[in-house]
Amino acid sequence: MAFYQNIPFFSIFLAMFSGTVSSVLPRKAARVLNTIVISLIMVASVFLTAILYEQGGSYTFMMGHFPAPWGNEIRAGALEAGMASFFCLIMLLSMLGGRKKLDEEVEETKHNLYYVLVNLLLSSLLAMVYTNDLFTAYVFVEINTIAACGLIMIRQIGRTIEAAVRYMILSLLGSGLFLVGLVILYDLTGHLLMSNIQESVKLIVANGEYTIPLLVTISLMSAGLAIKSALFPFHAWLPDAYGYSTVSSAALLSSLVSKGYIFLLIKIYYRVIGIDFIRSNKLVNVLFIFGLAGMIFGSLSAIKENDIRRMIAYSSVAQIGYIYMGIGLGTQDAMIASIYHILMHGATKSLLFISAIGLTDVSGCSRQFIQITGSGYRNKIAGVGFTVGALSMVGFPCFSGFISKLLFAQAALNNTAGKMLPTLIVLGISTILNAIYFMKTVLRIYTPVKDSEYPTWHIKDQKLYTVVIIAFVLCNLLLGLTSVFIEDWISRGLLSFG
Amino acid sequence: MGSNLFVNYGEAVAMILFAIGFSNLLLQKNLIKKIIGLNIMDSAVYLFLAEKGYITGRLAPIVTNGVQSSEAYINPIPAGLVLTGIVVSVSVTALMLSLTIRLYRRYQTLDLDEISMKLKKEGQ
Repeated sequence: MAFYQNIPFFSIFLAMFSGTVSSVLPRKAARVLNTIVISLIMVASVFLTAILYEQGGSYTFMMGHFPAPWGNEIRAGALEAGMASFFCLIMLLSMLGGRKKLDEEVEETKHNLYYVLVNLLLSSLLAMVYTNDLFTAYVFVEINTIAACGLIMIRQIGRTIEAAVRYMILSLLGSGLFLVGLVILYDLTGHLLMSNIQESVKLIVANGEYTIPLLVTISLMSAGLAIKSALFPFHAWLPDAYGYSTVSSAALLSSLVSKGYIFLLIKIYYRVIGIDFIRSNKLVNVLFIFGLAGMIFGSLSAIKENDIRRMIAYSSVAQIGYIYMGIGLGTQDAMIASIYHILMHGATKSLLFISAIGLTDVSGCSRQFIQITGSGYRNKIAGVGFTVGALSMVGFPCFSGFISKLLFAQAALNNTAGKMLPTLIVLGISTILNAIYFMKTVLRIYTPVKDSEYPTWHIKDQKLYTVVIIAFVLCNLLLGLTSVFIEDWISRGLLSFG
Repeated sequence: MGSNLFVNYGEAVAMILFAIGFSNLLLQKNLIKKIIGLNIMDSAVYLFLAEKGYITGRLAPIVTNGVQSSEAYINPIPAGLVLTGIVVSVSVTALMLSLTIRLYRRYQTLDLDEISMKLKKEGQ
């Protein structure tokens, strides 16, 4: 076994271990350790991605040296490793960008706890990305939920605690459904490892037996993970949780936590059930319709909102609708578009949250649109960051948002199942709605105000913040400009999935 | 189909319990009742697993009287899954209860809608 094959296991273990150590370290040391560990895992995952991309294919890693049907397994291919490096990158930037706000908003005694939770979140995300065992996936889904709940309520105000309770309730409904789906699938196939389940499912489908229980299983799992990733009618917890938690948490929740669940769902479709069976039944149409509804209603709620953080949060509902619409289209192109959208939304939404906090800081910490008028002049780098994020969300060429809309439209045009017209119409409407609320905000932050009562912040006062915003902008441009390479990487990764 | 339902009455009961727990978690206003619903829901899944793992006439998976054949014992994996699941649900319940205590200390009520109303009045 080559040494690089240990990287996934070491990444998960390192994140967990540093979480445990962080709880007893001094505050600053915990912060440094957190940054180092995330960077280290990112570098290792990029290295692994490069190797697997060159080689193609994937490999499985035995945990505890028990062979296949008994032992637990990790599986890594180019897509998983790349996803892990992307998650680490966004997490690193979000943590650095929100550091100052964290010091202001969270009690000093709780800072260690924050780093413990972030490390726990990272390890559970990595485990969800890499695991080849369905029950392990369930356990880490729950760990992820607990860590995310902690991240919401670390800032102790009434709103965040209420949001955390609402988040927990919906998440637990979701994981209950996921668990019961998993148990029925175990009952049908007798296996817990994804590759073994897939073999048994193929037999079941070929014999034409147990079709209804299989369908019930898939719908339970899809519903569970859709609830957890805040697909449209289940998004009630989202605006408060993203709007009032400390900014690093909001960025992490919107760009990583919900994406982890969606990635797991895609993995289940490809690796557990087999994508052909998924495409041949009507279940994806349900996801398609909910996705379309989310695209419109999320944007409508965002337009009505008068609070910049909550507006960005509602925009997440719309973007998650895009991803489910892509899954619902049911073709390979659309799935590539969905995975690209996961990357695009992760990079852009965290940029928006981090730059919005810079804008509200120079407006007396008020998030109302009246107060943030002209804030783009008072905090120039935050203004630039927000504008880039907004343009990317609307789909301005060069930025990543343009490519993902293009990919969705292409996938819709090649769709033969009669989903072309609804997709294109809703894509058009949703883009216009996006433009309305994002461009409205950009215009407002660049409307000059005479004799503003608020201070002006210069770049030299906030060096770290400036570096983070520039890194986010570059990340966005890179995603937009190297899209051919990224598409190729995603399609290769999906091939080794099946 | 109906006869299967009667034979597998344990599983049927588990599913009914799951539905009861699920709807309680979703619909109850009182937070403590919601948490009770959560526990009913999780226990129903464990009942289902235990019911599925049991084979009539076989022993618990501990070697007795030197009998090594796998034909003599039931499948130990569902029991392992139930144990793991119990650990997860205990920790989640503890977290929910601690959140409930915090909310109760602040707002003197367990009704989630009432708490939302009070939050709106505070306007923070």
